[in-house]
Amino acid sequence: MNSKKISRRSLFKITAIAGGGLVLKLSLPVSAMEDDVTTLVKSSELNFYVQIASDGQITIYAPNPEMGQGIKTTLPMIIAEEMGASWDDVEVVLAPIDPVKFGLQGSGGSMSVTRNFDAMRRMGASAREMLIGAASELMEVERGDLKAEASQVIHGSGRSMTFGQLASVAAQQPVPVLEQLSFKDPRSYSIIGTSVGSVDNLVIATGQSKFGIDVDAPGMKFASYTRCPRPGGKAVSFNKAEIKALAGVIDAFILQPDARSGKASMAFLDGLAALQGGVAIVGEDTWSVFAAKAKLQVKWDESQASTDQWSKMVSDARAIAAKGGGEVKLAGPSVVEALADSSNRVLDGFYEFPYVAHVCMEPMNCTVDFKKAAVGKPASMEIWLGSQFPNQVKEIAENMLGVKQENVKVHGLRMGGGFGRRAVHDFAAEAMAISHQSGLPVKLTWTRTDDIHNDYFRVGGFENMKGAVSPDGKLAAWDQHYIGFADKGKPVIGSGLRGNELPMVAFDNASIRQTMMPVATACGAWRAPGSNTNAFVEQSFIHELANLAERDHVEFLTELMGSRRWIKEGNISALNTGRAIDVIKLAAAKAGWGRTMPEGTGLGLAFYFCHAAHVAEVAEVSVDAERNFNVKRVTVAVDVGPIINMSGAINQVQGSIVDGLSTMALQEITMQNGRIEQDNFHQYPVMRIASTPEIDVHFIQSDNKPTGLGEPALPPLAPAVTNAIFAATGDRIRSMPLSRAGYKLV
Amino acid sequence: MSKFTLSVNGEALEIDVAAEMPLLWVLRDKFKLTGTKFGCGIAQCGACTVHIDGVAVRSCVLPISAVVGAVTTIEGLAQGDELHPLQSAWINHDVPQCGYCQAGQIMSAAALLSNNSEPSDEDIDQALAGNYCRCGTYIRIRKAVHSAASFYNAEKRSG
Repeated sequence: MNSKKISRRSLFKITAIAGGGLVLKLSLPVSAMEDDVTTLVKSSELNFYVQIASDGQITIYAPNPEMGQGIKTTLPMIIAEEMGASWDDVEVVLAPIDPVKFGLQGSGGSMSVTRNFDAMRRMGASAREMLIGAASELMEVERGDLKAEASQVIHGSGRSMTFGQLASVAAQQPVPVLEQLSFKDPRSYSIIGTSVGSVDNLVIATGQSKFGIDVDAPGMKFASYTRCPRPGGKAVSFNKAEIKALAGVIDAFILQPDARSGKASMAFLDGLAALQGGVAIVGEDTWSVFAAKAKLQVKWDESQASTDQWSKMVSDARAIAAKGGGEVKLAGPSVVEALADSSNRVLDGFYEFPYVAHVCMEPMNCTVDFKKAAVGKPASMEIWLGSQFPNQVKEIAENMLGVKQENVKVHGLRMGGGFGRRAVHDFAAEAMAISHQSGLPVKLTWTRTDDIHNDYFRVGGFENMKGAVSPDGKLAAWDQHYIGFADKGKPVIGSGLRGNELPMVAFDNASIRQTMMPVATACGAWRAPGSNTNAFVEQSFIHELANLAERDHVEFLTELMGSRRWIKEGNISALNTGRAIDVIKLAAAKAGWGRTMPEGTGLGLAFYFCHAAHVAEVAEVSVDAERNFNVKRVTVAVDVGPIINMSGAINQVQGSIVDGLSTMALQEITMQNGRIEQDNFHQYPVMRIASTPEIDVHFIQSDNKPTGLGEPALPPLAPAVTNAIFAATGDRIRSMPLSRAGYKLV
Repeated sequence: MSKFTLSVNGEALEIDVAAEMPLLWVLRDKFKLTGTKFGCGIAQCGACTVHIDGVAVRSCVLPISAVVGAVTTIEGLAQGDELHPLQSAWINHDVPQCGYCQAGQIMSAAALLSNNSEPSDEDIDQALAGNYCRCGTYIRIRKAVHSAASFYNAEKRSG
């Protein structure tokens, strides 16, 4: 399964701890990367620490950053399971940022479970074998007669010793090699698959949890930063004397743009975090620097500033769609012929989706203490932030300010939401430059307006669709013209088609063309990039064609899948048509598909495959004469293999549904001569509690490998809802957000 | 700059700040009570919700000079070591995802329960209408409020 070699370096230390107990420190480098899922990040070694104190307390480090996806709880559960630990004895501690010990500490692409499941199992199994070895020695019995469970090693005779009693001797046991490890039968799991509450619930519910914005570094001052309202502009001068004279203001200065901070070794981050020009204000508290920011009068040099205009993008895209053409990405053998064949029924539709923002509840912020070089001491930096890839900020320090990475200490904190936004560290570059320039440790906090204006948006786009169905009601041709956006000729994150979507992967007579328009507005990863918009278009248009063919949607969609098979044999990153059919049928059955619906109500179905997950959703909506629409219930069927934490998994699905609904119903970012027109939540609303549908979640726990669930339940939601609105009203919505078409979510 | 004396979580605290500084920033930056969160600064998202004399208010738009009454923040909601029933319910129902908005949600819900110990879904929706949850934990929030309410009522019946 995995050809990468397992280091057998050793890996234990015995350390005295307070109270005289001994600690077993297990550190076992393991590489668990599957070759087929290495698209997001480079392969790296993962290390893990388990500590057992003599009083039985088990401490497990959680290696990956937590942004609400539950990974701080999920990964330690896997270790605890294989160890035979009782979850009640486990304390989870967020691991320090240390790539030598912990490998890539990143959260993105719903990859954490996929990448780490085997490694975590090995960590747990290794610890278990060492504890059993210790028990065998101390109890003078055969290893084969021992088993570990409930934080004890138990002999067939009934004698037992606790993990705490065994810890110090276990620490001296040889490290088991991979070939010696055995793994628990999933049927005997007592932690994996159960509902475990997030390990931080108590500190969150009592207001003790520390997010990046809560950092209080020694001697810290507070900062705001103001960029040009038109991206790409830079500050020439500002009312410095007036600003510096304001109460609570310590310093104010201009920062020039600096592309060096955008250089990144991780491909998808490269070029993104370039420092934008602007005005920094440093003061005694956040309010003082926010109040001073509001009084800024800046003369901007806008010669290089963005001229993006959403209304022009829309009209340009319509013209491109009408003209046709574009780069051919995939050419079906007889698409043109089938579309022209008068015996077929044909249909076309122009779809549109807007730019949207991340609006993490915690606005971007970063605390930096830069210390310049002194005699015998190189320049150094300490950084506190919530980041999906915290170690990456070291590169910014080195590239922009020449601080060697080994002299940069990073503290990764819990994130008040990530959704892809906290993969990019432009705000950290600003905080570093401000601390460097002012000579002070500073916490930079963005206002909500900064947070919206300076986002790396989910890219908007357009798709011109043509399709044909044959007289016998089968799909005969599919023609998809994607009109998206590129920066310097390269499609931005999430724009364009990969050719790995339905129906293309399962249907031969499909063509894809692509035309890219230039964009200056920054774009980035937004929960299920690409998938969250392509699902809307493709799953809506499949429904349109099913209706054209006068076929049942479930039947038409499952027929498209053909026989049960992997599209690429054994590759979990490719669709498995059998798993797809199963989730579609399950969602339909649980939602009562086919029942007679009252006037003004309808059921809508969508399926999507991404992030190695097969997800089908059925939305039940009602729409009144004033276009008020309510999503009463969403029924979800998911196959991501075995579930690690049932409570966390349901939470992710519910959250994805709410996020998807909020976005498709309410949200759009527009540009007017480069400027982002939405300033705060009054112009960029988030769905409120009253609109929340019932969400009925069903898992098919297939025996495939467990994979991530932070993103894949989101993409099918939008088409499920618009398909349901069609069923209820006959109105086909081809444009998001629905508020544009006069639909109001209630 | 002006001097103010505030009752925060039962303690009298003195502070010398600009009269227009919102309570949120006095709590967070001056008193280091960071459980109350900044989300928007315009009373749209509810992350900054605290109680003044038991009433839920948005501290991000309330100038310190306008604060009249005793302030309770999420840090002061528990009675000593005994969690507020809502805090226990939040843990038992595994409500939080990122957790950032939850202090505000709990404070809004606590103000509701102090006036209405048997809230309907509609009552909850109305009381929490000012609180965004970007992660979408609304379903569990409703469940947790109901379960805390029934705990309240059980206490009342037994007491």
